[in-house]
Amino acid sequence: MNLLLLLKLTFKSILNRRFTSCLTLFSICISVFLLLGVDTLRKEVKHSFTNTISGTDLLVGARSGSVQLLLYSVFRIGNATNNIGWDSYEKISSHQSVAWSIPISLGDSHKGFRVMGTTEAYFEHYRFADDQALAFDAGKPFSTVYDTVIGIEVAEKLGYQLGDELTLAHGVYDTDFARHEDKPFVLTGILERTGTPVDRTIHVSLQGIEALHIDWKTGTRSRDTVSAQQALVSDLQPTQITAFMLGLNSKMEIFRVQRAINNYKREPMLAVLPGLALGELWQLIGVAEKALLIIAVFVLLNSFVGLLTVILTSLNERRREIAILRSLGCRPNQIFILLASESLLFAIVGCFLGVFLFLTAIVLSQSVLQGYGLHIPFSSFGSKQLVLIAVVIGVSFLIGSIPGYRAYKQSLADGMSIKL
Amino acid sequence: MNTNTPLLKVENLRFRWPSGQRDVLDIPELSIQKGERIFIKGESGSGKTTLLSLLGGINLPDSGRINLLGTDVGQLKQNRRDQFRADHIGFVFQLFNLIPYLSVIENITLACEFSSRRKAKALSKSRTLEEEAYRLLSHLQLQDRCLLKKPVSDLSVGQQQRVAAARALIGSPELVIADEPTSALDADTREYFLNLLLSECEHSGSTILFVSHDRGLENAFDRSVLLSKLNRADNRIKTQQREYVS
Repeated sequence: MNLLLLLKLTFKSILNRRFTSCLTLFSICISVFLLLGVDTLRKEVKHSFTNTISGTDLLVGARSGSVQLLLYSVFRIGNATNNIGWDSYEKISSHQSVAWSIPISLGDSHKGFRVMGTTEAYFEHYRFADDQALAFDAGKPFSTVYDTVIGIEVAEKLGYQLGDELTLAHGVYDTDFARHEDKPFVLTGILERTGTPVDRTIHVSLQGIEALHIDWKTGTRSRDTVSAQQALVSDLQPTQITAFMLGLNSKMEIFRVQRAINNYKREPMLAVLPGLALGELWQLIGVAEKALLIIAVFVLLNSFVGLLTVILTSLNERRREIAILRSLGCRPNQIFILLASESLLFAIVGCFLGVFLFLTAIVLSQSVLQGYGLHIPFSSFGSKQLVLIAVVIGVSFLIGSIPGYRAYKQSLADGMSIKL
Repeated sequence: MNTNTPLLKVENLRFRWPSGQRDVLDIPELSIQKGERIFIKGESGSGKTTLLSLLGGINLPDSGRINLLGTDVGQLKQNRRDQFRADHIGFVFQLFNLIPYLSVIENITLACEFSSRRKAKALSKSRTLEEEAYRLLSHLQLQDRCLLKKPVSDLSVGQQQRVAAARALIGSPELVIADEPTSALDADTREYFLNLLLSECEHSGSTILFVSHDRGLENAFDRSVLLSKLNRADNRIKTQQREYVS
């Protein structure tokens, strides 16, 4: 009953200082929100990052670095230093340990989106997230040379529908003089959202890539142009590709096949395990994520310092009040509770508001985050977040015990003589 | 209680503040009878407030005994002492007696929240604590309920002191200790307040210990004691220092 009385006193006292209390509460609420938000966002970013590629046992490209290979072949960032020969690809993909292979040919673009040449095997074997296959939002895979399949983001950004014609550009920069306008592609399929770079890719067949470049030599259009129809009857067998993905019959063979590729005599090649390369890349960019979290923790600490300042300042004004309570029979340890419960109350209400804000933000930001391939479910507020909240409340009690202890000592020293 | 045994008996009381060089109080003997109205006169700095702290059990004497209602206050553990104070003593201070964030009525009933004994006594007189608070206030000439709904800081000093008196009196504690309760009041209200306080103490059967430097008030009391005669500790140096500082 006495505890209830003390809580009532604390509550009324806080209410009496509405304005500063609201500000303090606001600052705690925002920091809790920030901490939860940053923590969740970094987890989701990492999750979505590691989900980019799945099921592929080895990633093979011209010899360079594993991170670079991953960047251009999976994330479509940067360019390959070199291509690899079709014969090498054929030799390796026909190896008895290989279950499937997806050749990739990069280099062209369309209005800022990368174009990737590949085969039907891509739609069949490519996996992302937890072994999820590609699915069609509309249409079907490419079947003829001038067919194209695009990711959902390309369709949304550029407003394409099935049957639309696309003019691809040579190289990464879409400029007038480097467009393959003589050979437009017809949109036959749009892929479902994956939350990976696939959403931002334009897929054509390897033959399509060959047809585009049949009259291009050393980076520019040759004078003898070949029409789209003529190209169809030419030999469209690719001689080079940029990289390829391999699926093996058995995981046990990964390292053996990797070694075989890395030691391939006729062409310098590099085979990497996508998971390891992803981990390596994450180590590079994960620093930023850690920095964000550290900042969030410091913002929270800062608002605790603010809380402490407010309570300690009020303590001086409340000296009189404490002496009155003492004269009424209030015990020194009750005085301690009176002051310590204040910060606890602030923390509990602040956390509650922060969580509420966090959940609201999840709902409101869903569409924005989807654009970045992020999906933050409600379930991301789980036991780990509750532990975080519990720690915040625990710390607030520890902090609250500072003014509590001071008031306790003060009430013993002052007696009834109140210094005004 | 036997009427011959005093309500309060102080013997060989000595006290100095932990940081102090010398004793503030050295009182060989002081006794107060039940129902007595006693006036203790002392200059500022003569140890009045310290004496009251000791009587209330907020501070402990270095030596000697304080016997209140047959209980040696100094022998009680701290929690028991605090409870004892809540149960048996009502305080009125010089100024700012009220807790700013509580209403007038809450300020009064707060005394009962810390003492179930006083709560029971209050409830034996009225149906609810609020009613008892209103009853005491009307005895103290504060009937205007509109006024009582205002924040306590909006009340005049005289009104605040009467609310404080009501808090000290609710639940009829055996002893009411008033520490310069009139010094912030002007001459007319002083008289008025004092009479209300004394008659209400008589009404509830409480013994009153009134401390003030104002000699003009002592006629209203049964007995007047000069603290400087009571207290053998020499406070003159301290007094001089205070004057020098101010």
